[in-house]
Amino acid sequence: MAQEILAPLAGKIFKLQVAVGDQVEEDDEVIIIEAMKMETPVFAPADGTVKEIKVKEGDAVEEDDVLAVIE
Amino acid sequence: MIEKLLAIFMTSGFFYIKWNMLVMWLIGFALIYLAIAKNYEPLLLLPIGFGIILANLPLADLMKPHEGLLWRFYHYGIQWEIIPPLIFLGLGALTDFGPMLARPVLIFLGAGAQAGVYITFFVAYAIGFDLKEAATVGIIGGADGPTTIFLATKLAPHMLGSCAVAAYSYMALVPIIQPPIMKLLTTREERVIRMKKLRKVSTLEKILFPMVSALVIILLVPAAAPLMAMFMIGNLFREAKVVERLNRAAQNELLNIVTIFLGLPVGATMNAETFLQPKVIFIFFLGLLAFMASTATGVLLAKLMNLFNREKINPLLGAAGVSAVPMAARVVHKVGAEADKKNYLLMYAMGPNVAGVIGTVIAAGVFLTILK
Repeated sequence: MAQEILAPLAGKIFKLQVAVGDQVEEDDEVIIIEAMKMETPVFAPADGTVKEIKVKEGDAVEEDDVLAVIE
Repeated sequence: MIEKLLAIFMTSGFFYIKWNMLVMWLIGFALIYLAIAKNYEPLLLLPIGFGIILANLPLADLMKPHEGLLWRFYHYGIQWEIIPPLIFLGLGALTDFGPMLARPVLIFLGAGAQAGVYITFFVAYAIGFDLKEAATVGIIGGADGPTTIFLATKLAPHMLGSCAVAAYSYMALVPIIQPPIMKLLTTREERVIRMKKLRKVSTLEKILFPMVSALVIILLVPAAAPLMAMFMIGNLFREAKVVERLNRAAQNELLNIVTIFLGLPVGATMNAETFLQPKVIFIFFLGLLAFMASTATGVLLAKLMNLFNREKINPLLGAAGVSAVPMAARVVHKVGAEADKKNYLLMYAMGPNVAGVIGTVIAAGVFLTILK
């Protein structure tokens, strides 16, 4: 069952903490977004494997943009 | 020959250094150190620090009325009230009012934090400052440098330097000053409150906002006109999307240039005679009180509003009414994330944060109207 990771706020992708294929657990830090010169982590909503990462470092994202997909 | 060498020595400033000038140099160096080593509001504190040193160099006469270079920057830039409104032009172009327009109730939090300004005003008056001085000290709690400078120039120019230094120093210290007060006044349950998603704000709203608010506020509080007018025209430049050259210039070149000409003369007003007085220590204590009171009143107002609202506001957002943009919003987010790491308060906090800027300008306008 695929789950999308959405951007919780608008900003710039600062760092990708995982790669496609990585195993993650719920609440692991997967991506760091930079907004207002502050780094905020985005967490995995569930356990699973990273199936897709739709952004790269430096991309600008809006709130609710799909950042990655976990299965 | 000896006389000639003596003459050069006698005309050099070294001969005329007094101990109080050395103290001011130390203060100037301290501010420059804080700016460079600790990143304390360097855009302002660095030029202010250097201005302090320059103003306390004997015989250089950089602040000599009608002749000194720094006096000219001060007189034509600040006394003529040109620089602070131009800073506001740049700030208006930088400010996104979306998060505030999406949830207008947050405007009240921006207003609530201004209560700290008035509390400090009364305390300052009670301990001996006159009305105009007390107002200038109080406005430090608005956490807005140009407004503080604007008000000080009009009401208490002898306190301009100290109030500006206090304001910018405490702005840099917001991450230290605010959290203890925020945690003291809120329960963990309140801190984890999640905010409802912000609605999308239409382009039309964002274009109408600067025009309508400029009209309303300038008619209501005409004394606030210079700052408010510039703020709103800058914001209109941003939202109209058809004057990108003006928008970019306002946000970048203009803002950067006038910032240079703000800090340097402000520091240069701090000569040893006016600054090294016991009164000044009180300014710094009261300035700190102002920041703390504003944080408290913002949070408390949010809690009060929650008594009447089914949809609860996270009371931490009240602290963002202290208009150190975006420092206070970042602090609110961090304290919220400490309680619940998945609570992303940053964008919600920007609402009261930018509302607070308007609130501080209005508070300054009210002081000017009553006290001038």
